[in-house]
Amino acid sequence: MAAVKFEQAMARLEAIVGELEKSDLPLDESLKIFEEGIRLSKNCLKILEEAEHKVEVLVQDKNGKKRIHAFSPDDAADEPSS
Amino acid sequence: MTVSELTGLLRTSIEEQFSEVWLEGELSNLRAPGSGHVYCTLKDKTSQIRAVLFRSNAVRLRFVLQEGLQVLVRGRLTVYEPRGEYQIVLDTVEPKGVGALQLAFEQLKERLAVEGLFDQERKKSIPAFPRTVGVVTSLTGAAIRDILSVLRRRWPTLHILIAPVQVQGESAGRQIAGALSALNDLGSVDVIIVGRGGGSLEDLWSFNEEIVVRAIAASHVPVVSAVGHEIDVTLADFVADLRAPTPSAAAEAVVPVLAEIVERMRELKVRLGQVMLRHCAFERQRLDAGIRGATDIRLRLQDAAQRTDDVVDRLREIVQQLLTSGRERLHGAQRDLSSLNPILAIKQGLATVPQLSKRLEGQMGVVLAQHRHRIHATLAQLNTLSPLAILGRGYSILQTVPAGQILHRASDVEVGQELEAQLATGRLGCMVTRVCDDSSV
Repeated sequence: MAAVKFEQAMARLEAIVGELEKSDLPLDESLKIFEEGIRLSKNCLKILEEAEHKVEVLVQDKNGKKRIHAFSPDDAADEPSS
Repeated sequence: MTVSELTGLLRTSIEEQFSEVWLEGELSNLRAPGSGHVYCTLKDKTSQIRAVLFRSNAVRLRFVLQEGLQVLVRGRLTVYEPRGEYQIVLDTVEPKGVGALQLAFEQLKERLAVEGLFDQERKKSIPAFPRTVGVVTSLTGAAIRDILSVLRRRWPTLHILIAPVQVQGESAGRQIAGALSALNDLGSVDVIIVGRGGGSLEDLWSFNEEIVVRAIAASHVPVVSAVGHEIDVTLADFVADLRAPTPSAAAEAVVPVLAEIVERMRELKVRLGQVMLRHCAFERQRLDAGIRGATDIRLRLQDAAQRTDDVVDRLREIVQQLLTSGRERLHGAQRDLSSLNPILAIKQGLATVPQLSKRLEGQMGVVLAQHRHRIHATLAQLNTLSPLAILGRGYSILQTVPAGQILHRASDVEVGQELEAQLATGRLGCMVTRVCDDSSV
């Protein structure tokens, strides 16, 4: 799931920064995880920027089939008041 | 009059007189056979009455009838003719003291708690960054407006999927449960908010229904409950993975603020660069220090080489000196050696031998003469001491015969004894004629 991927990427990125700040890694190791960190941060920002605001409604039509359609303020009016 | 006629009269009379009765009592002898009708006895301290609750009324009960429960009932009296027993046919049963809903709530809560549905270990964690949030609520209430506005404000790019349901009324429970399972089936929803705005206990009742509680428990997707206001607590709240006091709070609980996350990302990226730069600078310093160290070593090596040369020079000198003095000592020794040559000694010895032998011969002659002389002297001396020599001077030796003992004293012989006298030349046989003992003289 994308949410999990982002969460893991974020956690990994924080771990990388923490590890580098401890600075007891050899230079080549540091460079390796530094590159990984840069890649992760780009990916994370990309995920955040790419996502698109969407509000949808899941409805069941008369023969029991489920459909998803975009939510519009009119939907609220259609619904019988409860 | 027959029994049936009498019973019929009693029944008519009782039904007319007690067509609506309110009774207070304790439930006992509860029986609920397969028919769905419920039979029981209502009693107080001294009396009791049979009661029946037919199925149509029994299913409308929100709570479960329990033995010993104090109830307030409404019904009509009738006579059960086959047994000739009068009984009350109930249409309403209310628990005494607490409301029916409250009792139902407590009863269901206890039952589900025993099943472990509210256990803390069952609760799933809410994802930190959901991409898709499912919302189960009514499209018309204040709840959906609050949820949408908070979600949008915090995470403008969020995907929101609403499963519209009625949140009160007969079918609400079934709809809520159905929506939960539908959102689960989609597989793309990261977290679900289920709830509604505030209302009376009656209004919120759907969220206490067993079907809703079980649907929340069965959801694979984490569920956040948001029912009514902070003070309203429903069974949906107990079973949900997270209970939010209000719909707005639920929206806040499921998504962080995007701007903050982006900021954190940027900050992490900056820190990443900074720390790497620092690391590189540090390594650079170490490298410089290494180069400096290498230069130092070269200088030290040159110095050492020079000092080695010095030492070698000095060593060479010392060896030279040692060689020279050794050579001198060798020459001296050779000189000493040649002066001690044995050939010379032998030559000298050879010259000395004839002289020595000559001296030896001369000496030997003298020694021989001396010895000869001494031998002659000794012989002469021996002659003078020899008994034969004494005999030669006229003495004789007397000996007994035949023993041959030499006589020294006259007393040793007797007259008439034969003796032998040895003279210088020959012997004489003698006879003792007289013995004169001159010892006194």
